[in-house]
Amino acid sequence: MTAWLLDGLLAAMLVITAVSVLASSSLFRAVVMFIAFGMLMALAWMRLQAPDIALAEAAIGAGLTGVLLLDAVAHFRRGPGNAREGEQG
Amino acid sequence: MKCRGLVSLLLLCAALGWVLVYSLWSIAFNPVGGSLPEQVSKAMADSGVDHPITAVLLNFRSYDTLLEIGVLVIAAIAGISMARLPSLEDPAFRTHDALLDALQRWFVPLMWLVAGYLVWAGAHQPGGAFQAGAVLAATGVLMRLGGMPMGFLQPGYLLRAGLILGFAVFLLVALVTAVVGDAFLAYPAGTAKYLILLIELFLTLSIAMVLLSLFVAAPVNDAPESQEGHQ
Amino acid sequence: MTPDLFYAFTGLVLFITGLFGIIALQHLLRKLLAFNLMGSGTFLMLVGLAQHRNGTDPVVQALVLTGIVVAIAATALALVLIRRYYHLAGRVSLERDATDEGRP
Repeated sequence: MTAWLLDGLLAAMLVITAVSVLASSSLFRAVVMFIAFGMLMALAWMRLQAPDIALAEAAIGAGLTGVLLLDAVAHFRRGPGNAREGEQG
Repeated sequence: MKCRGLVSLLLLCAALGWVLVYSLWSIAFNPVGGSLPEQVSKAMADSGVDHPITAVLLNFRSYDTLLEIGVLVIAAIAGISMARLPSLEDPAFRTHDALLDALQRWFVPLMWLVAGYLVWAGAHQPGGAFQAGAVLAATGVLMRLGGMPMGFLQPGYLLRAGLILGFAVFLLVALVTAVVGDAFLAYPAGTAKYLILLIELFLTLSIAMVLLSLFVAAPVNDAPESQEGHQ
Repeated sequence: MTPDLFYAFTGLVLFITGLFGIIALQHLLRKLLAFNLMGSGTFLMLVGLAQHRNGTDPVVQALVLTGIVVAIAATALALVLIRRYYHLAGRVSLERDATDEGRP
């Protein structure tokens, strides 16, 4: 019963974060939601008895993709042409 | 007009969703012939490693992994050729923050250690080249954001060698086994363990280099547009 | 209904959500995020369906592991392309008269 509660909660959180990735008004928020989605996916892989995928998802899906996307959002905020000006991150 | 487009798109997605629900249901509750996990566990003794996923990745289905690292190398080359930077190592990132420096002195060796452990652990428990490569690439990203100079990222022989190393070693092993042994990528009996470890080590390095160079290639410099095509 | 099948259906919902997003949204970065959601949904469906009958299945797990690494490489390359496009065209969507929601 507890396991089903956990599964249901995890699935609901996955869907909610996925929808808020697409629906949130600011790009930064969407990316942060996507990083949260990656961490929840890692938990889901653990529930599916796939520790290898969970490791990769935590390192890649949440870590590396997050850095890449945040860097890109900062780039869009700076505007085209002057990619080096302004705040970093 | 726009609203009607959205509604029809929603209906279309819902229809596709129902088709998918139906097909998932029918796949899940219809009998399938043969069981792959059984076949894997039967063949595990010959694979040279104890962890089934590593055995599948680098022995039973190593052809897929070979092609995958090929795809990664192509992506990295495409990414680098988009960045018109004379040096991929950006002096603008060289900051001198005492706290960052001190933190990196702790974290970077620790992360290298974790990456090395993950490669080694892949033989008998969760871990392996992909996870270790990701950790190594994350270390590189941390070093770059923290402002450490990384001379090896300048486009040159060192970068090219690093990118291609994993693919080259993998292909070399495949060709040697094809010429000397039985078939393409069929490891001779008894050598599988060492060959897999060798391939995994270089694969880790190359995956980390590919991911790192794709990250580093992302910033677009502000060189004047008239230089387009004068690379 | 096993937990594996339950996760397969969760993946289905994620896939459809991503598909809707990739068509409906204009901003290229959001399209990329939606594409990644579709990918995650596909991976969940693959593993969930395969493990529903046979229990832990190393073959499909290795397949998905490969898929995740290729997906991150594709995402990184797409980001490089999007940033290049933004640098050259000054826009973040493919439509000519769309409003650029990425600009502050």
